Amino acid sequence: MATRIAEAEKMTVKKDPQAVVKAAVERHGNTREAVIPILTEVSRVLGYLPTEALEAVSQHLRLPSSQVLSVAGFYRMLSTKPRGRHVIQFCESAPCHVMGGREVWRRLQEELGLQPGETSADGKWTLLTASCLGVCGVGPVLVVDEDIYGSVPPERVPEILARYS
Amino acid sequence: MKPIRSMVLVSSDADSMQRGAQEVFQRLQQEIAAFGLEDEVAVAMVGDVGRHDAVPLVIVYPEAVLYGPVRPEDVHFLVEEHLLKGRIAAGLQAPTRELSGRIAWLSARKGTLPAEQRIVLARAGLIDPEDIADYIAHDGYEALGKALTTMKPSEVVEEITKSGLRGRGGAGFPTGTKWRFVAQAKSDTKYIICNADESEPGTFKDRVILEGDPHSIIEAMTLAGYAVGAHEGYIYVRGEYALAQARLRTAIQQAKEMGFLGEDIFGSGFRFDIHIHTGAGAYICGEETALIESIEGKRGEPRPRPPFPTTYGLWGQPTVVNNVETLANVPPIIRNGASWYRRFGTSSSPGTKVYTVLGRVNVTGLIEVPMGITLREVIAIYGKGMKGGAAFKLAQTGGSSGSIIPASLQDTPMDFDSYARAGVSLGSGALLICDEETCVVDLAKVLLNFFRGESCGKCSPCRIGTERAYRILNNISEGIGKLSDLDDLLLLADGLYQLSNCGLGQTAATPIRDILRHFRAEVEAHIRLKVCPAGACPMSGRLAMAA
Repeated sequence: MATRIAEAEKMTVKKDPQAVVKAAVERHGNTREAVIPILTEVSRVLGYLPTEALEAVSQHLRLPSSQVLSVAGFYRMLSTKPRGRHVIQFCESAPCHVMGGREVWRRLQEELGLQPGETSADGKWTLLTASCLGVCGVGPVLVVDEDIYGSVPPERVPEILARYS
Repeated sequence: MKPIRSMVLVSSDADSMQRGAQEVFQRLQQEIAAFGLEDEVAVAMVGDVGRHDAVPLVIVYPEAVLYGPVRPEDVHFLVEEHLLKGRIAAGLQAPTRELSGRIAWLSARKGTLPAEQRIVLARAGLIDPEDIADYIAHDGYEALGKALTTMKPSEVVEEITKSGLRGRGGAGFPTGTKWRFVAQAKSDTKYIICNADESEPGTFKDRVILEGDPHSIIEAMTLAGYAVGAHEGYIYVRGEYALAQARLRTAIQQAKEMGFLGEDIFGSGFRFDIHIHTGAGAYICGEETALIESIEGKRGEPRPRPPFPTTYGLWGQPTVVNNVETLANVPPIIRNGASWYRRFGTSSSPGTKVYTVLGRVNVTGLIEVPMGITLREVIAIYGKGMKGGAAFKLAQTGGSSGSIIPASLQDTPMDFDSYARAGVSLGSGALLICDEETCVVDLAKVLLNFFRGESCGKCSPCRIGTERAYRILNNISEGIGKLSDLDDLLLLADGLYQLSNCGLGQTAATPIRDILRHFRAEVEAHIRLKVCPAGACPMSGRLAMAA
């Protein structure tokens, strides 16, 4: 539930990237090994990794900022671009595809009017395609923030989206 | 522990939690205590039970009665009727439906699926994964005690070698041999890594082991550490597996408190410690050298091999990297002996294999069966036949290390060597069963789309090859392919296989070769006749030309 609290913090208080990075470094240590856990936490609290945060991580860990940026750019769960309040991940791997994923994807795009990777103008939604999300027993699968929806028929899409404000 | 008469399981996936599973769980505990049943009835949260239409679900064993959706106010009646009076609580049962997912294998314990053998999943779903006492009561840490007090490290390696255990991550390398390499390496510092970055599409067997029986991995890693002379272990869990991470943390904490981790384990003088490293979303980190780079805090780009991790692994030290399922086999082997283990499976591939059965079958879910079972048996016995009585067309064995298996191979025994002789591979344990509605071009396109997205980009044969192959397949599916495209695809497949740095690029060629070998006519129909026989491809280029 720590992520829920982080979510709430993200929405109510405009967090200071410096302070967030400092707290993460204190928790995970200032070794090279800790860079991914630190970036993951900062990204979760701030919603993404702004340049200021990356610079701060580079200073705390005494790592060239190019290396911090190259790690941040590599992993799917780390984003260097701002994301919407809610992030939708849609699984486009074969098991979900075979179970009718294509129709769900079409419906999602229709409802949101977004291309993969885009964020809506009002900052509410970011739509991402994902490789396997690890819940293949119940395809097609989509994940909104941390909530997993399995065996989703296309007609359930609007109802799921309506749960989020 | 006192004998437990009944086991009550509450589903605790995200959906269930949202709908009050936690409160139902607490009320169950209160009511069971109120009726004075706490000594004979155990309650546990079990994660995702594979069914979401009536959550939260409450399952009562040994009768395997399924209640749902259960509201907190229903709990008093349920406990009084079922657990006190011993009859089914009328009106609370979940609507009947073809069971799916884990319910299918839970009910298998009642003897409906006689061929299923459980070694790896023996405890998953039956014990409380957050209670070390429950694990100990079910033979837990017995193997560790036996090894540390009665066996030399070399004897542990010897026992694993004799058992014939082979890596379950996809490659099938003999585990005992790997351990021996590291045991013989001359270094003061060695590491054990558990590869729990399960990201092969369609595979979630490791998640179920980690969520259902986390202590078995802790015990296995400690055994491995003792065998090869390592004192530190890392579990690399994929970032998406939040529940597995939490349960592993709890398990490590409990093991430390009980003295199964830390200094002087079982008074043997042996010390071992385990850290958890969580991934951040990169399929390539399942490759062992990329995984090591990621633990070191770098981009997950594979290293050239050799040197292999057994000589140059984490921070340049000799390292054992084993998959979750492989490790889960270790404690039972040490506890019962290699000859016991060899009773299961085939002579060259002993033991069991956990498969995730997915796709167009009536029952999907997780099964653990002896090596050497056939695809036809899996579909008929465990999948309960094809959905709607459709014809079986092909199976995709999951992720980058898998193959597309045509119907003509459905009677080939599923073990490492029989499949290798037939020119296909077992993969990581996913069995995606497809019927005539699946188009091979469309399937290969989806697979190549996955590879082009997950290629780390370090080496150009893979980075460019997967992209080119995807575009050609896309053209074919749009009805604008040329016959020469097929030669280009095979050329790309050769390049990918021979020139890529790691397994991702090398196996990205597999779907291309498989569809052209087994389904060439269907692919050519897209090009010569501008028709998708399965009716799955858009073929919009053809329509555009006609208009």
